[in-house]
Amino acid sequence: MTHSPATESDLAAIVADARAKKTTLAIAGGGTRAGLGRPAAADAVVSTLALAGVTLYEPAEMVFSARAGTLLRDIEAMLAEKGQSLPFEPMDSRALYGSTGEPTIGAVAACNISGPRRVQLGAARDHLIGLRLVNGRGEIVKSGGRVVKNVTGLDLVKLNAGAMGTLGVLTEVTFKALPAAPDSGALVFEGLDDIRAVACLCAAMGSPFEVGAAAHLPAGLGDAPARTLLRIEHVPESVDYRLDRLAGTLREFGTPARLSHAATRKIFADIRDVAPLAEPRDAAVWKISTAPAKGPATVAGIAAKIAATWFYDWSGGLVWLATPALGDCGAAAVRAAVAANGGHATLARAPEATRRELDVFQPLAEPLMKLSRGVKSSFDPDGVLNFGRMYAGV
Amino acid sequence: MTHIAFPTPDPAILSRRGEIVAGLAALLPAECVISSEDERRAYETDALTAYRRLPLAVVLPRSTQEVSAVLAYLCREGVKVVPRGAGTSLSGGAIPLEDAVVVGVSKLNRVLEVDYPNRVARVEAGVTNLGVTDAIMGDGFFYAPDPSSQLACSIAGNIGMNSGGAHCLKHGVTTNHVLGVKMVLIDGTVVDIGGAHLDAPGLDLLGVIVGHEGQLGVVTEATVRILRATEGARPVLFGFDTSEEAGACVADVIGNGIIPVAMEFMDKLAIEITEAFAHAGYPLDVGAMLIVEVEGSEREIDAQLQRIGDIAKRHNVRTTRQSQSAMEAALIWKGRKSAFGATGRVADYICMDGTAPLGQLAHVLKRTGEIVAERGLRVANVFHAGDGNMHPLIMYNVNDPAEQAKAEDAGNEILKLCVEVGGCLTGEHGVGIEKRDLMLFQFTQTDLDQQMRVRAVFDPKWLLNPAKVFPLDGRGGGLSAS
Ligand SMILES: Cc1cc2nc3c(=O)[nH]c(=O)nc-3n(C[C@H](O)[C@H](O)[C@H](O)COP(=O)(O)OP(=O)(O)OC[C@H]3O[C@@H](n4cnc5c(N)ncnc54)[C@H](O)[C@@H]3O)c2cc1C
Repeated sequence: MTHSPATESDLAAIVADARAKKTTLAIAGGGTRAGLGRPAAADAVVSTLALAGVTLYEPAEMVFSARAGTLLRDIEAMLAEKGQSLPFEPMDSRALYGSTGEPTIGAVAACNISGPRRVQLGAARDHLIGLRLVNGRGEIVKSGGRVVKNVTGLDLVKLNAGAMGTLGVLTEVTFKALPAAPDSGALVFEGLDDIRAVACLCAAMGSPFEVGAAAHLPAGLGDAPARTLLRIEHVPESVDYRLDRLAGTLREFGTPARLSHAATRKIFADIRDVAPLAEPRDAAVWKISTAPAKGPATVAGIAAKIAATWFYDWSGGLVWLATPALGDCGAAAVRAAVAANGGHATLARAPEATRRELDVFQPLAEPLMKLSRGVKSSFDPDGVLNFGRMYAGV
Repeated sequence: MTHIAFPTPDPAILSRRGEIVAGLAALLPAECVISSEDERRAYETDALTAYRRLPLAVVLPRSTQEVSAVLAYLCREGVKVVPRGAGTSLSGGAIPLEDAVVVGVSKLNRVLEVDYPNRVARVEAGVTNLGVTDAIMGDGFFYAPDPSSQLACSIAGNIGMNSGGAHCLKHGVTTNHVLGVKMVLIDGTVVDIGGAHLDAPGLDLLGVIVGHEGQLGVVTEATVRILRATEGARPVLFGFDTSEEAGACVADVIGNGIIPVAMEFMDKLAIEITEAFAHAGYPLDVGAMLIVEVEGSEREIDAQLQRIGDIAKRHNVRTTRQSQSAMEAALIWKGRKSAFGATGRVADYICMDGTAPLGQLAHVLKRTGEIVAERGLRVANVFHAGDGNMHPLIMYNVNDPAEQAKAEDAGNEILKLCVEVGGCLTGEHGVGIEKRDLMLFQFTQTDLDQQMRVRAVFDPKWLLNPAKVFPLDGRGGGLSAS
C-alpha cells in the first residue's frame, strides 16, 4: 500500500498511526535511487510526491525552500531563470540505476547527493541550511532556517543530510544557491597513468586558480585514451586567463588540450552521473571516498585481486569502481583496500540479493555504530522509518 | 545579566571537592591540575564577563589519553564537566559551574600534520585558529573560517560554536571546513569521526558535533580543510551617509550575483571607536561604512570592484577608498578585527549575534537603533553584513544593575525581531547561557526535545556543559535518548 499525503500534518498522522500499529514505512521520492541501500521490507510505502511546491525563493538572497517532493528538474529551472544554480551539482542517478521517474529535492537532501563541484564548493549537506521533517514518533520537527549564518541549537540539518530517511521523512528543505557561472572550460591531459594523473589533479587543486572540478578517466573506459580533466567555471575572460595560468603551472604533466564550454558541460555531466560505468548494467558499482592522494593506491589494492574498471573524481578522492556482480561483488577486496588507505566504500549498485546479504555501507567501529543506533532511536524509537536501509538496526 | 539562572550546585559534589581533586591528581601530573582558588579564578568566566562561577577544579590534559582518563573518572563519580578552549565565547558557553570540573585543551596545541596534496591539516584541538593559518601561510595556504578572535580562540572552541568570520561569506563557516575529529565521550571512549576523505560513511555525526557547544564530548583533534589563497585580494572601503543606504547596497551586491570574499559593515559609532583605537584610516565623516574584499588576479579584482562600485553609486556612496598596498589592506582588517576590543575600552557592552535575511537588514538596523535608544542606551553596529549576521554592541555600565537589565532587555528584543523577520537568535556565537532562555522564540518544545534526545545519546547523564543551550525548565521531554 502507498500513502501519498499532501500535507505535513497528514504525513505526521500516517507515521503516528504506523507506529501505534507497530508497522513500518518505506519512504519514496521519485524512486530514481531505489536501488541504493539495503533492501528493507516495509509494510507500506509513503510517497513524498504530493508534498510538492516551492514555498520560498528569494533570488536576491540566493535561498529557496521547497517541499520534499518538488522535482529537482523544476528547482533547477527556477534557479536557471535567475542565473543561479545548485552549488553542489547533484548527480542524476538514472543512468547508473537504469531507473525512471524524476529525482526530488527531498531525496537530494536525504541522500546528500553531490557531484564534481563538491571538491571545491562542498556537498549538498554544506548548502542545506534548514529542514522540516516528521520523525518516527509522528512529530513535526524543524531545524536550521532560511539564513546561512545560524548556529542556534544542535544542527539536526546536517545529521539528516545523508541519513536516507532513517531519522525522519523530510517534508521541506531550504538550500542556499549560488550564481551560475556564465562560462566554463577544461584542460585535458592525455595518457597519464593513475598516479601521475592524481598528482596532476592535486597540484591543480592546490593552485590559486580555484579549480572547480578535477577528474581522471583512465584508459580502458571505451576507446578513449586516459584523460585528466580540470574544470574552471567563471566569466569568459577569467576562464581563459585561469586555464592559461593553470596549464603553465602544470607543465610537468604535458601540454593539455582545451574543452569548450559545451564540451566541458557534457563530459562533467557524464562524470557526475557515472555514465562511464553505467554499462554493463549487470556489473556491481562501488563508490569509494578516500583522501585524494590515496585514490590510486586504493584502486591498485583492489585491482590486484579482482577484475575492475574505474574512474576518479574529487581530485582522486572519489573512486567509482565497477566489478562483476559475482560472489561478494569484490567486497573483501574493496573493504581491505579501504581499511589500508582510509575512507569508506558504499556498494552503490548490486543485485538485491547481494545487498541483502552484504554490508552496503561502510561497516562502522562499534562506538560509532552505538551512537548511530542511539541517534536512530532518538528520532524513531520503534524503527518505523526506512528501518535497516543503511545498517541493520538503524 | 543577572536574570540568567544557574542551577543550584549539588552540595554532595561540593563537599567531595578534596576527594575529586585528589582523584584528578592521581591521573595527571601536578602542573595539569589547577585547584588553588587564585588560579581557578582565571577560569571563572569567558568573554561574557558579567557572569562568573568558580569551578571545582580545572584540568589541562596533554593528550587524548589523559582526557579519556579524566572523563572516565568524572563520569564514574557523577561530576559535571565544562569543556574549554581559549575561553573567548561571547555567549557564556565556557562559563563553569561551581560543581563542575573545567577540562581545558590549551595544552593540546600542536599542528600535527600538514598535507598539501590532500589539502588538509591535522591539528590538536587547542591550537589557535590563527596558529593553523600561520603554519601554512608561507606556502600560500590558509584556514578559511576567521573569527575576529582568531589570535586567541582555539579550533576546539570554533568546533564547539561552529564559528564564522569575515571571510566566511565566500568560503563558509567551520562546519564546511572540518572533515574529521577525534573526540572523547563522557565515559572516556575515544571516537574517530571522518578524516582526510569527504562525506560520512553513515549518519553525519560530524555534522551534529560541529556547533555542539561542549555538550557531546571533548574534542581533542581535528582534520580541517586548508585552501590555497588566490593570486591576490583587495579590500575597499565604501562610505555612506546612512546605515540604511549601506545595508541596501549589501543586499544589492549579493542580489546581482556578486559574492565578495567579505562584506563587513560598521556604523558611525563603530567607526569612531575603532578608528580612535586602531588608526586604520577609516573615514570619519560618514554615517556607515562597508569593507568589501574581492580576490583573484589584478584584472579580475579591478573588474569586480568596478561592478561593485557601480552598485554602490546607486546607493549614494560618498567615499570610496581602495587599499593601495598589502600594508594598507592589513591595517583595514586589523581595524575591523579589533572593533570589539576597541568598544570594550570605551564601555561595557553585550554583543548580540542574531541573523536577519538580507532583505530585512535595513529594517532590522533601523529598529535596533530605536529599541536601544528607547532604553536610553547607545549601540555600535559592526558585523558580517554579506550574510546578514548582525552584531549590535549594546553599551552599558556593568556596575549599574538597572542599566544592565535595560541592555539585556534591548538585546532580547533585537533577537526576537531577528527571529520574527525570518532569521535566528545566533549566527555564530552560540546559544551558551546567554540565549538559552530565548530558545522557545525560535523553536517549539518538540524541536528542542528532539535536539535534547540526540544530546542524551552522547551524554546520557547530562554531565557535559549541562546548564547551556536548552532552557533549564522543560527539559523533561528530552532528558533520555528515546
Ligand atoms: C573580541 C572577540 C571577537 C570575536 N569574533 C568572533 C567572530 O568573528 N566570529 C565568531 O564566530 N566568533 C567570534 N567570537 C566568539 C569566540 O571567539 C568564538 O566562539 C570561538 O570559537 C570560541 O573559541 P574558544 O577557544 O575561546 O572556545 P571557548 O570559549 O573556550 O568555548 C566555546 C564553546 O566550545 C566548547 N568547547 C571548547 N573546547 C572544547 C573541546 N575541546 N571539546 C568540546 N567542546 C569544547 C565550550 O564548552 C564552549 O561551549 C569573538 C569573541 C571575542 C571575544
